Formats: sequence, structure tokens, C-alpha cells
Amino acid sequence: MVAPPVSIPTAPVARSDKTSRPGPLVTATVAILVGATLIPLGYVASATVSIGWTKAYELVVRPRVGELLFNTVALVAVTVPLCVVIGVGVAWLVERTDLPGRAFWRPLFVAPLAVPAFVNSYAWVGVIPSLHGLWAGVLVASLSYFPFMYLPVAATLRRLDPAVEESARALGSDSTAVFFRVVLPQLRLAILGGGLLIGVHLLAEFGAFAMLRFDTFTVAIFQQFQVTFDGAAGSMLAGVLVLLCLVLLVAEATARGSTRFARIGAGAPRATTPVRLGRNTIPAQTGLFALAVLALSVPVWTILRWLWIGGAEVWVLGDIGAALGQTIGLATVAAVLTTMLAFPVAWVAVRSSGVLARAVEGANYVTSSLPGIVTALALVTVTIHIARPLYQSVALIVFAYVLLFMPRALVNVRAGLAQVPPSLEEASRSLGSSPTSTFLRVTLRLTAPAAAAGASLVFVAVATELTATLLLAPTGTRTLSMRFWSFSSELDYAAAAPYALVLVVLAIPVTLVLFRQSTKAAAL
Amino acid sequence: MTTNILEVKGLAKSFHTNTVLHDIDLDLQPGTTTAVVGSSGCGKTTLLRLIAGFETPDAGTITLAGRQVAGPEGAVPPHRRGVGYVAQDGALFPHLTVGQNIAYGLRGTSRGEVHARVGELLETVSLDASYASRRPHQLSGGQQQRVALARALARHPALMLLDEPFSALDTGLRASTRKAVAKLLADAGVTTLLVTHDQEEALSIADQVAVMRDGRFTQVGTPEHVYRLPKDRFTAEFLGDCISLPCTVSSGVADCALGRVPVETPVADGPATLLLRPEQIVATVVSDSERLDGVGTVIATEFLGHDVLLTIDPDGDAGPLTVRQHSLNPPPIDAKVHLEVVGYGVVLA
Repeated sequence: MVAPPVSIPTAPVARSDKTSRPGPLVTATVAILVGATLIPLGYVASATVSIGWTKAYELVVRPRVGELLFNTVALVAVTVPLCVVIGVGVAWLVERTDLPGRAFWRPLFVAPLAVPAFVNSYAWVGVIPSLHGLWAGVLVASLSYFPFMYLPVAATLRRLDPAVEESARALGSDSTAVFFRVVLPQLRLAILGGGLLIGVHLLAEFGAFAMLRFDTFTVAIFQQFQVTFDGAAGSMLAGVLVLLCLVLLVAEATARGSTRFARIGAGAPRATTPVRLGRNTIPAQTGLFALAVLALSVPVWTILRWLWIGGAEVWVLGDIGAALGQTIGLATVAAVLTTMLAFPVAWVAVRSSGVLARAVEGANYVTSSLPGIVTALALVTVTIHIARPLYQSVALIVFAYVLLFMPRALVNVRAGLAQVPPSLEEASRSLGSSPTSTFLRVTLRLTAPAAAAGASLVFVAVATELTATLLLAPTGTRTLSMRFWSFSSELDYAAAAPYALVLVVLAIPVTLVLFRQSTKAAAL
Repeated sequence: MTTNILEVKGLAKSFHTNTVLHDIDLDLQPGTTTAVVGSSGCGKTTLLRLIAGFETPDAGTITLAGRQVAGPEGAVPPHRRGVGYVAQDGALFPHLTVGQNIAYGLRGTSRGEVHARVGELLETVSLDASYASRRPHQLSGGQQQRVALARALARHPALMLLDEPFSALDTGLRASTRKAVAKLLADAGVTTLLVTHDQEEALSIADQVAVMRDGRFTQVGTPEHVYRLPKDRFTAEFLGDCISLPCTVSSGVADCALGRVPVETPVADGPATLLLRPEQIVATVVSDSERLDGVGTVIATEFLGHDVLLTIDPDGDAGPLTVRQHSLNPPPIDAKVHLEVVGYGVVLA
């Protein structure tokens, strides 16, 4: 699991009176998608009801659940604040100080997103074989996920009006006081958004923690699933996991309050005067260097080391080629389908108001936060009971990818669509083009770059997905991440190395997309 | 009698609970230019969007060249109306070149014909043929506006709708673009409806002016007519500066502080308000000894370049009034001036 969408504030819709009503086809598509996003929650609810309250209570209140709860909560409680410190610190150093080499560091700290968390775990286990438990989990998760904090905070820092900080200086605050009293409060929304994203990933991650022998809910649900397929105990663990997830959502929403993104300053803001680090330059530079070594050099070095040890014989080109082909095939189909389906949803969200649009927003918000394992379990259960032929079919796994990764495509398509002024569509209509032809010649054409960015995000997300793929893939499927997983589970680290390398190389473009988006967001 | 290009009858539109247009009637004769003028938010853009087909009216009908395009039976979608529309900012497609923008609406013609037609249209809007390969962002605001016009003209629309077409341009460019556009539309014989908040623009460009306030027309007529003979105070003040004086009307003549002023339209005798335009009053310096009707004292002067604004306190009870005249040798402050009224006045009950 890498690289979910960075929450980039979308440009305001050009017209306030949203008058165009979606057609029946659009409405039906959107309604079906919104309905489908409710499957995971519905599964948890119906499982609880069918097990019965007494049994459900017994399954939830037992020492094992207590242990998992402690592990998971401790993981979130330690990792998220750590990521805040690292992400905000790095963002401030590269955006607001005269640190030499900022242009080099700026994109570099987005790069950890190209390394899937489970590959990162594999790398660290390769360096320190005895690594396991909570602190190992915190270490690997922080190094994998801090860019989720760094990206939005850096983008916000670039957008802040320097005049506000200059006023604070004029009012007698030194640069430390300005940071804590003026800058940090303005970063609140970015920090909350990044924190939520990291929290959600911590709850959902399976591979990274399984490899570190650190049991979180997701890891335990997966093990349970392998023992008792479609069992009550697994469903109840999923129920607790969903509750934890909802707690995170509510906590973030409460902390966010009714604050909205205030548009700061009009016109082109002036460049800020960078803070002079002076004597602190060397410690800052050392800190960034250490972080880069921990977050990037360790995985790169381990992969290369195992490749060196394994030599030519780990390059079983037939196997790697087959896995690459399957991965690219699945990821392409899922990316294209998800992006196509994102269009009607984005259209409704941007261009119409009312119940449907609000339902779309809400459903997406919740589903994007639910761990993939819950969605996968829900689909397994639903297909076994209702649509047996779909179980372990390509159609089902593609459907799961659409549900899991729709938000990534949606964020981009939505932003793209919001930037197409309705006046262009009107101009096209008045020049004799029908609505369909207008969509194809104007709207789609102008949204294409955003849609391509969305599709590439989905592509890499699917290519590096592990949990849902392990649960849902048809027998005989061997994607890159599945092969990597099976080799590293057998402790054949050298054989796993080529797959890790291909996964990282596949994920590099998405990192570039994310970095470009965050720089563009700053220019809005 | 020729058929009107556009007939609007009893048109009404509201958004949620907010009624934007009430019972609008408007007729456009072929080859003429009509300006709808009003302050922002008065509903003039909504009227244009209803005619273009981007909105559907709640009541009333719109008939284009004898064909009803909106009414109780339903509405014709915008792409089947054959109406040209130029938005405020031109709304050029950013992903197409200037030539491709102009060719957008030309379908079913060969490449060569399209190329020739694009060149012809660029020439119509006084742009060089080499502009065809440029991108919209490489053009100035005025050029973008002209390309948008060429694009709309490409389909030979029976009716051209212009939504504040010159408001995005700076002052100098606005006047020249306005003149050029008016001329080319007149030459092409295209019936035009434009909306603007600029009364000077409306008066200078149009054959017919419709003044709008809160979703209703207060008056529709020729520019001369609505300016000289406004029906109410709002129309009078919206179209230009006014001087209003209390007066007594008897047999078509108003008696006021400036003397006896003939009234254009027949009105009932009795006390009323007389409206004059500042340029109708000529102030000439008189010596203190002269005793005449309509004498006042200059209390302030404002130099505006070609004109000068004089604030004059007339003898008697009337308050100070403003007179606009050319700025050569204006009377100094405290000078006694004689005020003479040129032309007719308008009396409001």
C-alpha cells in the first residue's frame, strides 16, 4: 500500500448556481457506486447481527483482542506524532530556511513513497534480522509514511501569505515565536489531514507488520482468515477495526471543527524571506542526511545487497516476466475502469448540489478510510453467499480495486473538472455541439491531464497492493507483490529482491506525480 | 411588417425563492443592435442565458426568427438554436489554437474550406491570418474578445448575444474595440443583443436600449428617447447625471428657479418635479448690477480636462445644481452667472 491521494484543496467551482442536472445514466452509475461503497460497512453490521450479541460480545472481550487493541492503538499514538514532528520539521527546513541544497532535498523526501511499506520492512529485517514488535513497527511505519505529512505541510507553507509572518515579526516575535504562534496554527488543517491519512494506513497495513512479527488488527484478521475462512472471530475483529477507523475519522473531524480553507491573500503572493539558520545549518543538514539514509538508503542498499548475494540465479526471467505481465494487466484494467467511473462521480460532486452530491462525498470519505482487508473480507462473504461464480474471479478483484482506490482517481478528476469553467462548455453548446460532443471535445480534453494523474496513482496502488490481492485473487494469480510476499515469507530474501526492485521502479512515476501535484497546488 | 428576429413574451425566471426576471417583453428587429443595461445583479445576464438556452424559463416564451425555442411546450437545447454567444471573458478553448477555436463550430466542410473561412473571419475581426496558429493565452484581452466574436460569427448566427463583452478590457481599448465590433456586426447585418452595466456603452452602440432594474424593464426605446425622455427617476439617473428642480406646470411650460422651461410631453398642470440634463444649462458670467431671472453664484468648480463641472447656487430657495460645460474660460468661484436652459425639460409627477 503506497501513495494515497494527498488532499489538495480543489479550486473553487466557477459558478455558484449549480443548475445542470445529471442525466439518468450518470445518476444510476453514481447511485450504484455509492451503494457498493456501503458493502464493507454492511458486511460488518450483518455479521454482528447474525452472530448474535452474546456471542459477538464474547468474541470481542477476550485477552487476544485486548493485546491487539493495545498494539494497534500504541502504534497509532506513537507513529502519528512522530510523523508530525518529522514531516513538519523537514517541510519547514526545505521551504522556509536558507538551508543549502533545498532544491535537492525537496523532491527527495517524497521518494520514500515509492517504496511499499512491506518492502521497507523486508529491507530493515535484512539489516537487523532480530527486528520485531511495536518499536520495529513504529520505525518502519514512520519512515514509510512521514511523506504523507511532509507533502501537504510543505504545500501549505508555500501558500501562506508572508505578510502575516512579517506583521508578527513587526509586533515583536522572534522567529521561534512566529513559528509556534503564527505558522503552526495555519498548518493545522494540513497536519490533521496528513495525520488522518497516516492513521488510516497504519490501521490497514498488513505486510509490513506481519514481516516484523508485530500483531495489529489487520495482521490478526488475515491470520484468522487463513485458519477459519469466513469465521465469526475474523468478522468481529474486522468490526473492532472498523470502529477504530471511525474513531479516527470522528477525532479528525472534531479537531478540524468548522474551519475551512481560507484563501490567503489575493493575487500572486510575494516570496518569503528565508529564515537564516546560521550556526544551526550543520545540525539541520545532518538531520536531513540521517533521515534520508534511514528512509531511502536502507531499502535501496538492502535490495541491492540481496541482488548481489543472489547473483544471476535469482533473475528467473520467465517468472518475473509473467508476474510483471499479470501485475501490469490487472493494474491497467483497474486504473482505466476506476478513472472512467470517477468521471460521473466527480461530475455530480462538482456540478450539482443536493442529496446525491452529499451522499457521494460522504460515502467516499468513509470508504477511502476503511482498511482494504475489511473490504476484501466483505467481498469474499458477499460473493460466497450471493454470487458464488464471482468468487475468486478477475471481475471481483478488479471491483475490489475500484472500491479501494476510487478516491485516488476521484480527487484528481474532481480537481481537473473543477478547473474547466462552465462557460467553455456553454460556448461549445452555442457553437452547435451536443452535450455528448461537448463533453468529448472540451471537458474530457481539458480534464485529461488530471485523469491521467489519477489513473497513474491507481495503477501503482494496484501494482503494490498486497492484502486484498492475497484474499481475492483467482487461483494461479501471481502478481509481483504476491511473488515477493511468498518468497520473503519463506525467508528466501535473495529471490524476493528482484520483485522488490521491480515494485519500487514501478512506483517511481507516481512519486513524481505526487510531487508535481503538490508544487502545482502551491501555485493555485 | 418584417418579422422580428427575437420575440420575448412574458419571460420569468427564479432561482430557488429568488425571482430574477419578471414578465419581460422584448422584440428585436433584423439587423439592429439592442443593449440591455442595468446594474450588476439586475437579471440582465440571466435574460441572455435564457435566450442562449443555458437556462430554462419558468414562464413566457422565446421565439427566434419565427420558431419558438422556449415556452410551455419545452425548450430547444442551446446547440440547436443557431444563436451566437460571446461570454464576458471570451471563453476561448485553452487547448485549441486560435484557428481551431474559430473552426470549432464549422462542421462537415473540407479542410481547405475551413482554412479559407478561418482566414476570412480573422480578417473580419481585423486580425492577421498568422494569428490562426497562436494559442489563446498569447493574445491580449481585446484580441481574445475578437477571436471569440469570429468564432461565434463562423456559424452565421441569426442573433448574436454579447455578455458584457468589453468589461474585461481597459478603458482605452474598450472604446476602440466597441467601435470596431459595432461596425463589423452592422456590416455583417447580424442582429445583436448585448448586456452591459455601462450606460455610455449602451447609448453609443445600440439602436434600441432597454433599461433593467430588479428583473424588469423600466423603459425600452431608442438611445435618444430613453436619455431625453426617461419615464421615471431611476431610468433618468441611471443613464446620466440629472438636475431636478421643483416647478409648477401650466399649459406645457414649467416654472422653476431657472425661469420658464418648455415641457416635451403633455402633462397635467400643477406642482411637479422638473428633470434637466447638466449639459442643457449654459452658464454665462454677468455683472453684479444686471437683474435677470435665473441668476446664481458659482460655489465650486471641478476641472475634468475637456469639460468643467460648475456647482452653482441659484438665487431663491432651490439647492445647488451642477452644470457641465466645456472647459475654456470657465467662470471663477463667486462669479455671478446667468443660467439659460436649452431644449425641453422632463416633468415627473
